[in-house]
Parts: sequence; structure tokens; C-alpha cells
Amino acid sequence: MNFDFSDELKLLRSEAQAFLSERCPPSTVRRVLESTEPYDVALWKDMAAMGWTGAAVPEAYGGAGLGHLALCVLAEQLGAALAPVPFSSSIYLAAEAIAIGGSPAQKEAWLPKLASGEVIGTLALAEGPGMASLRRLRATVRGGQLTGEKMPVPDGEIADLAIVVAQGDRGIVLALVDLRGKGVSRKPAETIDPSRKHAQFVFEGAPCEILSGDGEAVLRDVENRAAILFAFEQIGGAQRALDMARDYALERYAFGRPIGSFQAIKHKLADVYVATELARSNAYYGAWALSKNAPELAVAAAAARVSANEAFYHAAKENIQVHGGMGFTWAFDCHLYYRRAKLLALTLGSTRVWKERLVSQLETANAPI
Amino acid sequence: MDFEDTREEAEFRARARAFLEKAAPRREGTNMLYRAATADAGFIAQAKDYQARKADAGFAGITWPKEWGGQGGSAIEQVIFDQEEAKFGVPRGIFEIGLGMCIPTLCTWGTQAHRDRYARKALRGEEIWCQLFSEPAGGSDLAALRTRAERDGDDWIINGQKIWTSGAHYSDFGVIVTRSDFDAPKHKGLTYFFLDMKSPGIEIRPIKQISGASHFNEVFFTNVRIPDSQRLGGVGDGWKVSLTTLMNERYTIGGRAGVDVDELIELARKVELDDGPALKNAVVREKIADWYVQSRGLKYSHFRTMTALSRGETPGPESSIGKLVTGRKLQDMSAFAMDLLEQGGVVTDPALAPMAALFQQTLMTSPSSRIAGGSDEIMRNIIAERVLGLPPDIRVDKDIPFNKVPTGKKG
Repeated sequence: MNFDFSDELKLLRSEAQAFLSERCPPSTVRRVLESTEPYDVALWKDMAAMGWTGAAVPEAYGGAGLGHLALCVLAEQLGAALAPVPFSSSIYLAAEAIAIGGSPAQKEAWLPKLASGEVIGTLALAEGPGMASLRRLRATVRGGQLTGEKMPVPDGEIADLAIVVAQGDRGIVLALVDLRGKGVSRKPAETIDPSRKHAQFVFEGAPCEILSGDGEAVLRDVENRAAILFAFEQIGGAQRALDMARDYALERYAFGRPIGSFQAIKHKLADVYVATELARSNAYYGAWALSKNAPELAVAAAAARVSANEAFYHAAKENIQVHGGMGFTWAFDCHLYYRRAKLLALTLGSTRVWKERLVSQLETANAPI
Repeated sequence: MDFEDTREEAEFRARARAFLEKAAPRREGTNMLYRAATADAGFIAQAKDYQARKADAGFAGITWPKEWGGQGGSAIEQVIFDQEEAKFGVPRGIFEIGLGMCIPTLCTWGTQAHRDRYARKALRGEEIWCQLFSEPAGGSDLAALRTRAERDGDDWIINGQKIWTSGAHYSDFGVIVTRSDFDAPKHKGLTYFFLDMKSPGIEIRPIKQISGASHFNEVFFTNVRIPDSQRLGGVGDGWKVSLTTLMNERYTIGGRAGVDVDELIELARKVELDDGPALKNAVVREKIADWYVQSRGLKYSHFRTMTALSRGETPGPESSIGKLVTGRKLQDMSAFAMDLLEQGGVVTDPALAPMAALFQQTLMTSPSSRIAGGSDEIMRNIIAERVLGLPPDIRVDKDIPFNKVPTGKKG
């Protein structure tokens, strides 16, 4: 049994943690949150220079070829630091979609630039409030041109490239759109978490290329793989929110004793710990499935997603509760986690949607080990 | 990252499997196994026979040091054997307390002569041990116990009552913690012994549980004599000795399995609701997802623990969550499974109820899994204090003489 990250990856984890604690303290997150600054450009450049953006991109396309376990390790630290950078959009979503469905020419054109951080990509799926049901999507590709509206699109303000999910001639397609081209207009869409900016897009005959393969299958694959990476961000965030609540419970006195000595607080935080550990273990299994491209990937992704969605929200919510009145002030950092928890829990589809996917998989798939 | 055995582990697993193939039948169908509702003479004889073969083949006391009569093996070997053994229909449930808790305490605190006399016989299942700890006034607050031990020459005289003693009625020996000094603060006046369960003055009364079964007992002590040579640890050191026993309890009980989400899925496939199979119902699907995520989260946490053991490291705190999550899951999932059967869900006759009344039985047995071996509330305290580093509870009775500690009506 060797169900753990290697010593090399643990080293990468501590390096990432050290770097982010210096370069991305809560004050950095707050700076982006409180301004129109779309992301921390300097932080992004340094992460790219360290090879993080290219970690899982094959060496043939300018990446480091470290594999997806390295990406899991980095994701956990990015999540813990609430890093205000377009890492998830550009790497877990856009780069993965092109790596899976792109032609050799498309890979050649985009992966090296995504790996170096020079180009920022994203995935555009939602078309306003409500479930992004593939049957009801209205964005359409006809004759190599994309028409339709997408909202909200993560990192849409700054993205150079989008993978847009749309109706094609024969079913769902993933359209690769150079957002710097014609027929694209965008404006910011305000969200619950302005430390990760979003945009509203209108495409009017924007030139696009179609990724190969069954669009729906490629999309599901991208989502499954991203779900595992997001789960690592979420357990990173959940752990940080738990640590924050624990520290406050030790420092804050009421009725002549630390509030952390009351069982009402102890039991609450014990439950947060349990949820976080369950999520961590499910994420680890996801990491294994991702790294091996195992047949269990879809089940593992759904379980990791459901578990992590719930754990981070639970931790962030109770962190505010433990902080009492101070917890819902703008000045305290609790809301940074609360915002991010809910944002991440919806970015790739809600808990409800993923529970349904999990059970659908269980109905058909071989039970995973 | 993988789930493979090392070469040594694979060899050990193959040896364990070879032994089990000869010693017991493979389990079939729904992979649930219930302890016999009452451990009757036939069951005990069967269990003893299997235990002797297991010991002779070198699979009992795997992690125990050689001086105890054990194999001097690693924790991962024990886990591997347990995994393999779980695939076979072996009689279980009567040696775990003795081998998991009593004998390790005896071997830690007793003499080599004690080890030679008792450990091997226990390992071979020739003698069964029980643990006499809890009392009517001392459950979660074990150190509130009041069974009195008074020195009389080379003996001690024991008077009082123990409760929740699993297997007292078929045990040959027991370990007991008593109060030898009522003037000392509560943790300081305790003394620990082992004793012959056939000693004069012991009366054992079975306790009938919710399920109708009687796994444990009340044990009454009236002027029971224990020789001082059977004292473990110093006079007044009973709490320290008890902690040795309790640390072993977490491992023993934490490893217990039960009905799981896989059985719920199996049931939901079979049961028809108004609009088709229960497995197609959105509410049912959501519940299945919840319990699946818990179930597999625990399973993979166990893999993380195994990984640490495999590397010869101490497992991290994730190993402490299993009991808390499992107890609630067993109870709530059973209740939900019965809901799927509507009025028919109340039927417990295995011939009439689906899946041989597995869920109905579990509903009735599962309350104990949230209480025995550390209640849910105690487990949360343990996680909060030992894992998260939150302060211990304020103990108003800590430094005052035990006989001045207030007690309630139910004390």
C-alpha cells in the first residue's frame, strides 16, 4: 500500500506553501477582491516562471511533464492561499480540454503558451442562472462561427482563449475561440467572490475551431479531471478555514475561558475536521485515478467533488460562526473563505448535480476498489 | 501512488490466504456477518478450535513481541491478515477483548511469569478474558468508578458492581480497575488487578439489549478475594494502567465493519416505489451519494493509515474519525433503508424481510456503536483536544477527594 504522494511531491508541496505564504497572504487576496484588478499579475508570472502552469503539460508542448499528481499538490496550496490567479481556468480547464480534444496543430499552437502562462484560457459553459443542461444550451456553432451568450465565465475579462461549449451541426461541440479576434464582446460580471473575476460574453459570429471527438464526452472528461483538481483546492481552503477557527477559539475568551474549551465549539470543529479528512481521502483517491487515467475516474471524481464541495462550505461557514460578530465583518478574513467556498462549489456544477452523476456512475460502473 | 503490496506484504498475504483457505469457508452473498446472538457452547467450541489453528499457524498475536508469545510482526501484517480473514466465514467476537486489550495490559504491566502463564493460552483461545471497567456511575467518566478494593494481608477484598462487561459469562479471567482510596482525588485512588472469573462472590447477570441479544452483563462483587500478586502496576496507579487498556480499545473497536452503502444500493435496486425502482428516485439517489462519499472517504482514510503502517510510521490523526462516522452511518442508513420498505419495513423475520432483515437488525444494534468504546461525544472531544489542540474540559472534580465529589440521583 502506497496511498500517498512521493517525497518529491511532498517537497514540491512545502515549496509551494512557503512561496504562497510569502507572496499570497490574505492581504493579497483582499487587494484583488477590493479592486477592479482582475488578478495578481506578478504572482501569476512568478508561478509560471517556477513551472507551475506547465507542471502537467507534456514536455513535447513546453511543459514540465511532472504529471497530474504534481498539479494536485499545487492545487491544494493554491486553494489554501485563495490565490487570485486564473490557474484553474487556464490549466485545469482550457489546457486539459486542448490536451484531450485538440488536434496536433491546436496543441502545438496553444499548449506551450498556456504552459508558460503567456496565454490565459478558460472554459465557457453557463448561460445565465440555472443548470447548464447540454440540451438547452443556446450558443451555436455554424460554419466555423460562434454565436451566443455565456455568463458567468471565470477569468473571462483577461482570458485570451476560451473553450466554449455550444450546439454544433451534430450535437455538442467544444469550440476553441481566440478571444482577441472579432465577434467577441465582454464585460465584467460581478460575483460573490471578486477575488476571482468573472465576465459576461456575447459572441456574434466569432471565428472558432472545433475540438475533435464527441463534444459531450470530452467535456465530461475535462470536468471529471478538473473536479479532482478543484477538490484539492477545496481541501486546502477547508483546512485553512479550520485552522483559522481553531486559532481564534484558543485566543478568544468568554465567560472566563477560551471559547475553544466549550464543547459546543469543540464538537463543531471536530465535525469540520471529520468532513475535511473524508474529503481529503476522497481527493487522494481521485488523484490516484487521475494519475493512472483509471476506469474509476468518473466515480472517483464525483465522490471527490461532492465531498470537497461540502467540506469547504462547512468549514468556511463554521469559521464565521466561531468568530461570532467579528466573523461577518469585512475586516476579518473569514468572508474570503466563505466566498471562495461557494464559488468553487458552483464553478463546475453544484453538489446536487455531482451527486446525481455519482449515482449514475454507480449504477453502471464497476464498483471501485 | 498505488494500492499494491510490497513484495514482503504480498508474500505475507499469500501465506495468510493459504491458511484461511484450509481453515474456513469463504463468505458468500451479502458480505455481512453477525456475531451469534448468544455465544452458546457450540459457537464457543468452534471459535476456540479456529483460534488454536490460527495461533499454531502463526497468525495470532502477529504484532506482539516474542516475549509475549507473539510473532514480532508489523502492524501492516496484522491489517493484511484482518483483510483476508474478513473474506472468510470465521467465528469471531469472543477473543478480541482479551487479545486486543486485557493481555497487552497484562504483558505491559505484569511479570514474565504472568506472560508465560496467560498470554499463550489466551492466544490459542484456551482461556477467554473480559474487561471489568464501566460501572453504573462510571461510563464516559470511567474514573468515577466506585468498586471498592480493601487490603487484607496478601489479598484484596473487592465489593461493588461492574456493568457492560462483554462476555463475562463465558470468560475465564478478567481485568478490573477498582478504587482503593476514597480520600484521594478520583484519578489517584485507583488500583488495577486481574482475576479468576470463577472466584467466589462473583455474580453475573446478563443485560438484555434493544436487539434482544445479551452480549454483555452486570457483574456483582461481594467480598471477592484477589491475591496481591495479581495487581498490575502500583497501588493508586490504576488510572495509568487503564490507559494502556483503553489505547488498545480504540484500535480493536475502530476496525469493526457493518452494513454499508453497497447493501443500500442493492436494496434500492430491488425495491419498487410508486414510480419504479427506488434506485431511480431522486431523494434516494441523494442519500446514496451522501453515504457513498462517507463510506469511501473512510475506506481511503484507512488506506492512508495502512500506508503509514506499511512504511513503519505512526498513522496520522485521520485514523480517529472512523468510529464517529461509522456509528452514525450505520444507524441512519438502516433507518432510511427501512423507509424504502414502507410499512413492511417493520418486519424482522429474516424469511419475510428483504436481505434477511439486515437493516432491521442493524437499526437495533447500531445505537451501541455510537456509545461503546467511546461515545460520539467523547470521540469529538478526543478529536478536538488531541488533533486540533483545543483545551480539555474544565473538570470540577479533578483535585478534590473522591468522597467529596458531588453525584446526581442517577449516580
